[in-house]
Amino acid sequence: MAYKNFILVCGGTGCESSRSDEIYKNLLKEAEALGVSRDVQVVKTGCFGFCEKGPIVKVLPSESFYVEVKPEDAHEIIAEQVIKGREVTRLLYRKDKKSDTARLEDIEFYQKQFRIVLRNCGVINPESIDEYIARTGYRALEQALFEMTPEEIIAEVKASGLRGRGGAGFPTGMKWEAARKSPGDVKYIVCNADEGDPGAYMDRSTIEGDPHSILEAMVIAGRAVGANFGYIYIRAEYPLAIERLKIAIQQAKDYGLLGKDILGSGFDFDIEIRLGAGAFVCGEETALLQSIEGKRGMPRPKPPFPAIKGLWGKPTVINNVETLANVPVVLTRGAKWFSSIGTEKSKGTKVFALTGKINNSGLIEVPMGTTLREIIFDIGGGIRNGKKFKGVQTGGPSGGIIVEKDLDSPISYESLTALGSMMGSGGMIVMDEDDCVVDISKFYMAFCVDESCGKCAPCRIGTKQMHGLLDKISKGQGEDSDLAKLEQIGKAMTKASLCMLGGSAANPTLSTLRHFRDEYLEHIHDKKCRAGKCKDLVIYEIDPAKCIGCGLCARRCPVPCITGEKKKPHVIDGSKCIKCGECYAACKFGAVIKR
Amino acid sequence: MAKMTLDQLRALRAQKQGELEKRNVEGKDIQVIVGMGTCGIAAGAKQTFDAIVAALEKHNMTGKVVVRQTGCMGLCYVEPTVEVVMPDMPPVIYGKMTSDVAEDLVVKHLVEHSLLDSHIFDRPAIDIVKH
Repeated sequence: MAYKNFILVCGGTGCESSRSDEIYKNLLKEAEALGVSRDVQVVKTGCFGFCEKGPIVKVLPSESFYVEVKPEDAHEIIAEQVIKGREVTRLLYRKDKKSDTARLEDIEFYQKQFRIVLRNCGVINPESIDEYIARTGYRALEQALFEMTPEEIIAEVKASGLRGRGGAGFPTGMKWEAARKSPGDVKYIVCNADEGDPGAYMDRSTIEGDPHSILEAMVIAGRAVGANFGYIYIRAEYPLAIERLKIAIQQAKDYGLLGKDILGSGFDFDIEIRLGAGAFVCGEETALLQSIEGKRGMPRPKPPFPAIKGLWGKPTVINNVETLANVPVVLTRGAKWFSSIGTEKSKGTKVFALTGKINNSGLIEVPMGTTLREIIFDIGGGIRNGKKFKGVQTGGPSGGIIVEKDLDSPISYESLTALGSMMGSGGMIVMDEDDCVVDISKFYMAFCVDESCGKCAPCRIGTKQMHGLLDKISKGQGEDSDLAKLEQIGKAMTKASLCMLGGSAANPTLSTLRHFRDEYLEHIHDKKCRAGKCKDLVIYEIDPAKCIGCGLCARRCPVPCITGEKKKPHVIDGSKCIKCGECYAACKFGAVIKR
Repeated sequence: MAKMTLDQLRALRAQKQGELEKRNVEGKDIQVIVGMGTCGIAAGAKQTFDAIVAALEKHNMTGKVVVRQTGCMGLCYVEPTVEVVMPDMPPVIYGKMTSDVAEDLVVKHLVEHSLLDSHIFDRPAIDIVKH
């Protein structure tokens, strides 16, 4: 027995709500009725990330991609495609309405994601250099060593429009050019793999899935700027990524792709790994350099920029993992191809770690210019449990919250900054109505208090003071004047901090103040947290009308502070309650109320 | 392998490219590829890997199947993920492949040549290296 066709019916939340289940059942029924149930298997699949055109049906092996399918279409799909082997053209996805027949590339580009950085992730074995080589790996290195001059490499990278993916978006080609022109016979290439934003794991996944792409890019960068040595600065809490990098470096050395006289070109380049202890500030480039030198990781004023005076005072290029992973593709596919993707000023793609209250969390890569709405509601499949979208935090503790009304702006470095957030490294945390903005701001500020290196006063004192104010508000002890103080301190930190840690630490607070001022005021005036996240403002009570006196809450209560006779309504003693929420979670009758 | 020259690298690429394509298109080998980034491993990919190997032994498939690892496929919400590539079947990515469903996968897909329902997920993007 072997099936000739497989019909995949989308069973994602979006498609289910538009009757995909009925389509599934009809397909089974039709296959039975037309006597082909042994030729075709109908199955349900996960979300295709294209909910706006749902329900989606995909037929394999022909890869026919049907959109907006109705339950009535089942007969035609079985009768035409399965029996006669003809696609149902009217249902095929078309990129533009004018084209009569769906072309192959239209069908392929239904996907919102486009993978340049993650091209090999989930495809090759990351511990096999042969598989990397088979997929055009180290081809760009050949070009860089034998077919292009260093100036041509830099020109190509400049023309591609590639910008730093670590957050700030400085043009990569210009950075390389500055380091090349900077006098000195010893220069360094540094890969910044000190990914520290809460909820971000783009760089870790890239290294774990495709370590050779980073090595190849570093050698290319070395060739371009005239450096013969590189460091990968990676945090020690990424053991798998470190392990795979070590394997990759050894393999590349064995093949002569690292070391002396690479491929007989006369060019030498070597790479060493430096482990960071996990200080967030060491992701800042000047602090990172200090750390590599064995000193305490603290930033220093710029200029001079590292491209002029970097590691041990020598010209140094520092590129983020994701930036480097783009480089081999820029050379193999060319600047023209690369710059055709994205927006006018932001070229290529961006990787995001999509997490939070979202149905399909994941590591995603989209072309610049994709809207946040597409990311959250198509690729991400919308908000979990049908809750209401509240905001999305981009850029972690350095970014701001972006709200519903701004979801349609295309993603670019400029647009996110204009919205009071930033591209950041690519963490994207989705929040729903159960998240409290005061609580979130307090969380990020606490993170910055911990991670501030203490060198400059605005950051050292400012984060502490802002955290104190936020804590006060979250406890219901805030005053109206606290909001103005938060804004004042925040602005001072933004302007006066030595590095971007302090310079952006106020962003989560300032942006939530802008969009959700009413919620702050509610905490101050009404002593109320509508999301029920600020523990001190929440009161747990038992509704005597609903309580059947089962006693489950009393048994779960760790204090204990719940009393009552069997089969009679119980009572919570508010003076003893520690607000852990155990009773709320335990009650099967909805009798415990949180307010 | 000793250090390569440019020509040797090119020859190696041509050879490996051929092998990779052969495997993907008409090869005899069945490949079961387990996503083993930190995310997958945290969700139990190592146990899944072992369970697949055990199930293959049980069903006398060991000689025909290569079980490999790869990095993160990006589908965090359905980890662990497993891709199956084999002749006469479309390549399929399965999600939520915890060790307890590993044997179902081997029986359904590899032995019976049918898809394991409710575990199938779409590859999220085209392959720019091939296109």
